[in-house]
Amino acid sequence: MKRDAWIAVVLFALVALLPLSGEAYWLRLGTTVLMYGVLAMSWNFIGGMAGYPSFAVAAFFGLGAYTGAVAQKFGVPPGLAWASAGLTALLFAALLGLALLRLRGHYFAIASLVVAEVLRELVNSMTDLTGGGMGLNLPIPAMSSVDAQARYFFYVMLLLAVATFAAMLFTRYSKLGFGLRCIQQNESAADMLGVDTTLYKVSAFALSGVFVGVAGAVYASWVYYIEPPDVFDVLFSVKAIVMVLLGGAGSMFGPLVGAAAFLSLEELVWRNYLDVHTGVLGLMIVVLVLFLPKGLLSLSQRLGRRGGAR
Amino acid sequence: MSALLELGGVTRRFGGLRAVSDVTLSVAQGEVVGLIGPNGAGKTTLVNVITGVHPASAGTVRFGGEDITRLRPYQAARRGIARTFQIVQPFPGMTVLENVAAAAMFAGGLSYGEPARAEAMQHLRFVGLAELADQSAAALTLAMRKRLEFAKGLAMRPKLLLLDEVNAGLNAAEVDQALELIRTIAARGVTVLIIEHLMKVVLSLCSRIVVLHHGELIAEGAPQAIIEDPRVIQAYLGKRYAKAQDEARG
Repeated sequence: MKRDAWIAVVLFALVALLPLSGEAYWLRLGTTVLMYGVLAMSWNFIGGMAGYPSFAVAAFFGLGAYTGAVAQKFGVPPGLAWASAGLTALLFAALLGLALLRLRGHYFAIASLVVAEVLRELVNSMTDLTGGGMGLNLPIPAMSSVDAQARYFFYVMLLLAVATFAAMLFTRYSKLGFGLRCIQQNESAADMLGVDTTLYKVSAFALSGVFVGVAGAVYASWVYYIEPPDVFDVLFSVKAIVMVLLGGAGSMFGPLVGAAAFLSLEELVWRNYLDVHTGVLGLMIVVLVLFLPKGLLSLSQRLGRRGGAR
Repeated sequence: MSALLELGGVTRRFGGLRAVSDVTLSVAQGEVVGLIGPNGAGKTTLVNVITGVHPASAGTVRFGGEDITRLRPYQAARRGIARTFQIVQPFPGMTVLENVAAAAMFAGGLSYGEPARAEAMQHLRFVGLAELADQSAAALTLAMRKRLEFAKGLAMRPKLLLLDEVNAGLNAAEVDQALELIRTIAARGVTVLIIEHLMKVVLSLCSRIVVLHHGELIAEGAPQAIIEDPRVIQAYLGKRYAKAQDEARG
């Protein structure tokens, strides 16, 4: 645990230096990587540790975005609005988990996939509160310059990523994390050994919701304007999962590495193959998952072993 | 002797099938009871009813005087009911030690980390798996996995240990080792309910035998009386054989 914590401290400290580059492009990419890192790490609680293939990331993200936006519409200051978005996502995830986590495997995946669609329709129809399909404008933070704003949101996302990572690290090396590993490997055997499986799964699901909710609210403030199809986009769920698988499921740094790798790939491919970029990207992911099923992080171990054999 | 486990008119239906039908049974503290019966008699279902995997459709299960009929498996486990599975179920991605530590932690109530690991190590030494503590549980042979099940069961600090065919698939030498283990466990004061097909095991261990057939309790008594009971012979070997034996006896 200590080793992981130290690596994380160094890693996050290096990332914190990014604004020194002075390039708006890199700052924007960095903020995006951190945001997706939060989504991927959050998915790791339920998908990686507990082994439940959740597609609810988009639901928590949109819920957080709208909670934060509506709160700010009524004059709540941004920090408080983000916190309330996290709390809302936490409670929503816990209640949703009580209902959905009775399902396993594909059935759970499908049920969790639908949640974002339901929320989107609700937000669409609650025109008075959310603006419906018209979307919702957020107050633009009063800051000296556009650069200062970009730096501000970069550091907010960094802070959120650090918090998410810390939560993941503590969970991994706690009774909760151990119980989740048992559930992931054999749920009925875990039950028989005295693991309160409902409580543990709901806890994992709630943890997978809270930070995504905050990320959604911060995202809303960052881009000033949100609309339902934008924040309830199923791609938030899919990308979070792909990133974790790409980096290495269940590992500590997998989600972050996966987020950075995925978004870098996306940028490269998008720039060079504008017409077919989704196709090329999809192909690369398929190849990666086929040949590195345990993720990019397993590459270092493999190379290490080969080197040792010589 | 006070009753540790009391089943009162326990029935379990699966749709139209009565897998366990009106079973009344009492197991005293410290007893070693054998539960036998032909395949499909409802033995494993009865264990599932006791542990809360498939709660009883009718009747009551009392454990240490408390009604546990509707408890979930993890609650039964924390009250001191441990079971081993007919088909062994280790956590394959964990080490042998972690497997046992999980039991010590969640059912035994020990805290995460060193206390649970220390206790787990003790139980591994007891079943003779201490050298393999850091191996992956998936790498164990069947006989070793069965011993791992024992260690897990013990780490749960059980009052009642339900052994579901722990000897199935073992060779003669391995069965003897398992027998020795069960004897030592029982000598510590743990009440044992053992489901078994090997008569040698049942006869040498149990003070009392209960026979299930088609979900019903058809006989109960001392081992010697049970194996001579015509109803039991009939259940296992069929009517004709029972009759022939009866006539041979004259």
